[in-house]
Amino acid sequence: MEHLCSLGANNKKMAMLRESQIMKIHYITGVAAIFVVAVHIMMRIAIMPYGMSLEYENVIANYQNIPYIVLLESILVLVSIHGFNGLRVILLELRQSKKWEDGVTVLTIAAMIALIAYGTRTIIIANGLGFE
Amino acid sequence: MTEQLIEKIETMEKKHEKEKHQREKEYPKSSLTLKIYRANRRAGESPHYDRIEVPVQRWTTVLDALLYAKAYKDQSIGIRYSCRMASCGSCGMKINGIPRLACYTKVSELPGREITVEPLSNFPHIRDLVTDFSQFFAHHHNVEPYIQNDIADMQEKNKLTEFIQTPEDVDKYLQFSYCIKCGLCYSACPTVATDTQFAGPQALSQAYRYFIDNRDTAPKERLNLVDNRHGIWRCHFAGSCSAVCPKGVDPALGIQLLRGHLLGYSKNEKKVAELEERQKRD
Amino acid sequence: MVSGGFYTICASGEKILEMEKEVADRNNREGMMGWLNPRRYGWERVSYWLQRLTGVGLLAYFIAHIYETSQIAGGPALWEAFLELTQTTLGHIILIVVIGMCVYHSANGIRLIFVHGGKGLGKPGRPDYPYDAVSLNYRQKSGIWIALILALVAMLYGASVLFGGE
Repeated sequence: MEHLCSLGANNKKMAMLRESQIMKIHYITGVAAIFVVAVHIMMRIAIMPYGMSLEYENVIANYQNIPYIVLLESILVLVSIHGFNGLRVILLELRQSKKWEDGVTVLTIAAMIALIAYGTRTIIIANGLGFE
Repeated sequence: MTEQLIEKIETMEKKHEKEKHQREKEYPKSSLTLKIYRANRRAGESPHYDRIEVPVQRWTTVLDALLYAKAYKDQSIGIRYSCRMASCGSCGMKINGIPRLACYTKVSELPGREITVEPLSNFPHIRDLVTDFSQFFAHHHNVEPYIQNDIADMQEKNKLTEFIQTPEDVDKYLQFSYCIKCGLCYSACPTVATDTQFAGPQALSQAYRYFIDNRDTAPKERLNLVDNRHGIWRCHFAGSCSAVCPKGVDPALGIQLLRGHLLGYSKNEKKVAELEERQKRD
Repeated sequence: MVSGGFYTICASGEKILEMEKEVADRNNREGMMGWLNPRRYGWERVSYWLQRLTGVGLLAYFIAHIYETSQIAGGPALWEAFLELTQTTLGHIILIVVIGMCVYHSANGIRLIFVHGGKGLGKPGRPDYPYDAVSLNYRQKSGIWIALILALVAMLYGASVLFGGE
């Protein structure tokens, strides 16, 4: 037991989360995303005809509904985490070198944060627009 | 349970017999063409295929055909083989694009009159049908494929005795111990195709084999060994490893079961096998 | 022995062969063709290929969708302009494909969450001829077919909503 030599040891310095923790998050965000996306799609087709639900006034009205905003924000966060982690996994399998792996990790996290920020900006602005 | 198993085997055997008879009816092949991949990069020989006609009979295997070609047509063909009975794992190669053991594949199982044989992919190529297994063995070495037991005293010779394992304990790891390290699973795996640090299905299933063996007292350390960026999490259950395994090892099962322990689906505690009390000798 | 490999020293002092970490030996690896060719090995390989493809497709759609919906912040004119771009036949077809991808990825993903932990794969035993793998059983394989059927049904329903003029 003393002679433990791990596989792929070069990632240990970068890792704040173990791979098992990251993948558990991946599974949980995936399952949670199914529910929130399903509700989002239902809102588009069950309340009023699909075409009507895309009109400007109706969309803005949605953004005044606080639970709906919370739903949209959760979709944003859950799907971003799940999607960009999936991309990270695909890119890690494609090439293996310290530079590439560190770059992939940093870029996917940055892209995740950027997308969440951009989507949140839309929600805040649209919510503000409804008060005009 | 046993009766059900026997029934299942009988149904499968009948089905295989029927398919075999069907093929034999269509099979009056007396010769076929082997399309053999030839390359020797170190000697500057670029890859090409040689077509060699060989006589075959109903029971001829691909290995028999290759050895005939080597003996009577072209002595320079590079082939690795040993036991000729699916026991050593040496003759793994791609036959019509699928990793198979040449000694275990009868030409009558394959359609058409031309069989393409190529070296296993995902292994560094040496020459013709021979590949380098060093990386593969190194991955296996890295999972520490031996029993580690801190509890049993195995240093003093007069205390040595056997571990008590029930048949149920043995069944948990037995099929994974049948691995002959032929490398077919490693060749078939889509992750190994691009990830040079991924251990591969053989190493990971052997990690499970030792993890679940109740003579081993290092399960947590074994989980730590595979819980990393290029470890068990890069398996996506494409199942190709189990589809090509010639010995029924089912490496995909071992890997998912090991992952189940990491995910918390299965409990990690196991009752460690005790050493049988050694009877005093006069 | 391997030429070009190098060794590392373990805690116990033993030398082991270390894979060339920085200069990986890609000699004879299938590369991306190993991912992209879903044939040869059965339904599980097809499901792996589709899961990956739909995942990448959905991520691309998600990014485009976040951009598309951000146009609401530009006022009604910008929003209507963008709708004219997306509420077209091509836009509807793309959306139907996205619906299919989403349903397949979700349904197969749920199946994977179970099988990745060994659930539904059967138990290890004593292999016997013809050495069929217990894990490649119809119980989990049918999950793939169910995911495909659900995706098809969802696509048909989506088409009826988008083209049906409801």
